[in-house]
Amino acid sequence: METKNELYKYCLRLGDDALILGHRLSELCSKAPFLEEDLALTNISLDMIGRAQAFLKYASELSDNFITEDDIAYRRPENEYYNHLITEQPNGDFAHTIVRQFFVSVFEYHFFEALTKSKDKSLAAIASKTVKEVKYHMEHATDWVVRLGDGTEESHRRMQIAIEDLWMYTGEFFEMDYVDDILLSAGIAVDKSLIKEKWMKEIIKPLEEATLILPAYTHMQTGSKKGIHTECLGHILSEMQYLQRAYPDAKW
Amino acid sequence: MHNEHTDQHFQLRIDTEGHIEPRDYMPEGYRKHLIRQISQHAHSEVIGMQPEGNWITRAPSLRAKQILLAKIQDEGGHGLYLYSAAETLGISREEMIEQLHSGKAKYSNIFNYPALNWADIGAIGWLVDGAAIVNQVSLQRTSYGPYSRAMVRICKEESFHQRQGYEIMAKMMNGTKEQKEMAQDAMNRWWWPALMMFGPHDKDSPHTGDAVKWKIKRESNDTLRQKFIDKTVQQAELIGLKIPDNDIKWNEKTEHYDHGEIDWNEFHRVIKGNGPCNKQRMDHHIKYHNEGAWVREAAAAYKTKKLKKEELVIG
Repeated sequence: METKNELYKYCLRLGDDALILGHRLSELCSKAPFLEEDLALTNISLDMIGRAQAFLKYASELSDNFITEDDIAYRRPENEYYNHLITEQPNGDFAHTIVRQFFVSVFEYHFFEALTKSKDKSLAAIASKTVKEVKYHMEHATDWVVRLGDGTEESHRRMQIAIEDLWMYTGEFFEMDYVDDILLSAGIAVDKSLIKEKWMKEIIKPLEEATLILPAYTHMQTGSKKGIHTECLGHILSEMQYLQRAYPDAKW
Repeated sequence: MHNEHTDQHFQLRIDTEGHIEPRDYMPEGYRKHLIRQISQHAHSEVIGMQPEGNWITRAPSLRAKQILLAKIQDEGGHGLYLYSAAETLGISREEMIEQLHSGKAKYSNIFNYPALNWADIGAIGWLVDGAAIVNQVSLQRTSYGPYSRAMVRICKEESFHQRQGYEIMAKMMNGTKEQKEMAQDAMNRWWWPALMMFGPHDKDSPHTGDAVKWKIKRESNDTLRQKFIDKTVQQAELIGLKIPDNDIKWNEKTEHYDHGEIDWNEFHRVIKGNGPCNKQRMDHHIKYHNEGAWVREAAAAYKTKKLKKEELVIG
């Protein structure tokens, strides 16, 4: 396969998004505002870790080395992770957790819907399963955006702060580099420039309903495609990789 | 409403193995006993999420992380059914949480112990859930309908939890020297607290009298504890784990395992609040409950606004 290296990297990017945001959500176990929400958040986390496993397993099959999905998930250095910066941002208060999930899920819904049409059968299959899960994640987050934005003064204030804090990480969703371009011309990857408009339209509606506004600033953070992250990722990895790194010969 | 006739009728129903349902007459003592027991059971499921949650972010493989997440989710779900079962007796979830925070309501003592290494996740599933199942299987026949039905559902899931816990232990006992040490260390720390989960010896158990008559409790503490020991000792031997009790041995006469005396001083110390994690578990629950207050308030405010808008439209 001519595009094997690019496809490998593409799988890492998709797998890492799910791995890292799934990890962040898993930190919230027993910490949600009420029990039903605790279950909802861990359920989304569970979907994402499952998705990470699927993409990283496919990556391991594409690799020339004899590695498993766990080797990929747990044994890479920080600058070889390619998740979007937004996925590694801290949970913050519930407003931050929800706004992060809202921005990500609306993007993922349209992204995976497009990926179901990929010429790569494996990617298309994972995308079909994912799009069903993400639809629920998106509805869950959207529902909270409206309720919290239009709830109390306090909840509105917190939501507006979360939007200000996280908006700068949304530009990365639509970046295309050589990996995207090569795979796009092979009919494998998604043209993210086509998703931007849909995404914007879809997030504006609930924000308006919730009387929330988008920030005035336009500068966007970037780096994850090159493995350059925020300071958050190193801490996630040192916790996540602890047992695998401390006992490299052990099987779990 | 309350007279000797209704009391007799109630007891007759219980004696003939009938279920008591929420709208049926029940003596106040029966209602109170159930609220205390079911809410304690619900709180145990919820507080139990903490020690296991302590390892989610360090779970050593993608599979292990998913299994642990799913398991903790089940526990939370059990908490929900049990809160609902208790609500049928006329108490709200908010009141139950207040009672938990004030110390009026208890939760299982076992969760006042820390989860210190990955094998603890195995030990919690295998020993703690294993002990809980023995008790819960017996509670499937409890006399209060909603509680009994919640137990039937819960037992199905708990047996999966126990298997996954044992699988972790078996894997570690089959692993490196360090993994074996972790597994034995976890065994040493969880064995005795697991035996204490069944409560005091029958002769010292304060709540047993009415609970037995009302068939809320179907088997005695010591009977259930012995069942647990008998099935667990062999499972431990099978994977090479040592039971941390030199007096454990098979008694051919009784056809049960004999065991050493439980340290009841420790049991009472932990119940009184001086276990390793009592304060931490409660502080955690209170902290996140309080931090979530603005979310619950906002959700309620939104609901009210929405209802008003609908009324305007209809009106």
